[in-house]
Amino acid sequence: MKKLFVFILVLGMTVLINAEELTSLRGSQPLDEASQTVEKKVWAKDGEVISRNYVQQPPLIPHKIKGYQINLQYNKCMSCHSWSKYKASGATKISQTHFKDRDGNDLAKVSARRYFCNQCHVPQASVKPIVENTFKPIDSVSQ
Amino acid sequence: MTFRGKIISGSLITGFFLGIIFWGGFHWSLEMTNNEEFCISCHEMKDNIYPEYKETVHYSNRTGVRATCPDCHVPKQWFYKIKRKIEASREVFHKIIGTIDTREKFEEYRLTMALSEWKRMKSADSRECRNCHDYESMDFVDQGRRAVKAHSIGLDEGKTCIDCHKGIAHHLPLGWEAAAEKAGL
Repeated sequence: MKKLFVFILVLGMTVLINAEELTSLRGSQPLDEASQTVEKKVWAKDGEVISRNYVQQPPLIPHKIKGYQINLQYNKCMSCHSWSKYKASGATKISQTHFKDRDGNDLAKVSARRYFCNQCHVPQASVKPIVENTFKPIDSVSQ
Repeated sequence: MTFRGKIISGSLITGFFLGIIFWGGFHWSLEMTNNEEFCISCHEMKDNIYPEYKETVHYSNRTGVRATCPDCHVPKQWFYKIKRKIEASREVFHKIIGTIDTREKFEEYRLTMALSEWKRMKSADSRECRNCHDYESMDFVDQGRRAVKAHSIGLDEGKTCIDCHKGIAHHLPLGWEAAAEKAGL
């Protein structure tokens, strides 16, 4: 009986200790308390082209895209980044790879799987990474 | 004062006050149709374009200045305002016959409506935009890299706001680019 009591006590303490160690990346705010105020992130303003960090990284968007319409009716990004507009607007033109469908056929317009630009291309805000890492690009291919 | 004189002066005074009442009443009822509440009182506006506008900078921004429907769609100057209001009577007709009373009908008709509004704005040199946004008071130095470039070119070429700034408060319709180019907008 005494042994069982000690066992339960130890088990209970282990559970308690483990529960404290379990913290999510968002912090450890108990469910029944008011949530922590999230630090406001500010989108980076218009800037120069951001260099890539690794091979085949989708280029980052060096400007704000708030309110950009990307839907069935229209793709706002294409008003500058399309092949017909990029020269006049001074924007980076859309890659030719975006005109290929998944079977490798070349299409006359942007492939459906590439249509939603901000699935891969994202604007930037100054935030600290929530997970630290020591990633470094290979010298031979870094810019 | 003679009897005749009394009648004349009496009717002049009555006319003066009646004038105030009628003109005031006319102006009051005209203004009733010139606010956002009236505009979105029909579901065509409230369900289709109003939610789109609510996502834009003209609805919510850091300084809290808001441009409501009539700020862009109804001229401020008296003559142009009355002209637009008279034209708007056809919109009442289309409301009655239900030209755009479903989402599908609205989408089908969106390009036609957009083109007509762009045409109105271009022909008026974007008068309603310029009520707030004036080239004279624009500080290009404070603008973003892309804006400075585009605005400098625009100023040189004598372009008007709506030439580039289409679909800033509402979604752009399918195939608008080709249609706008064809219409010279």
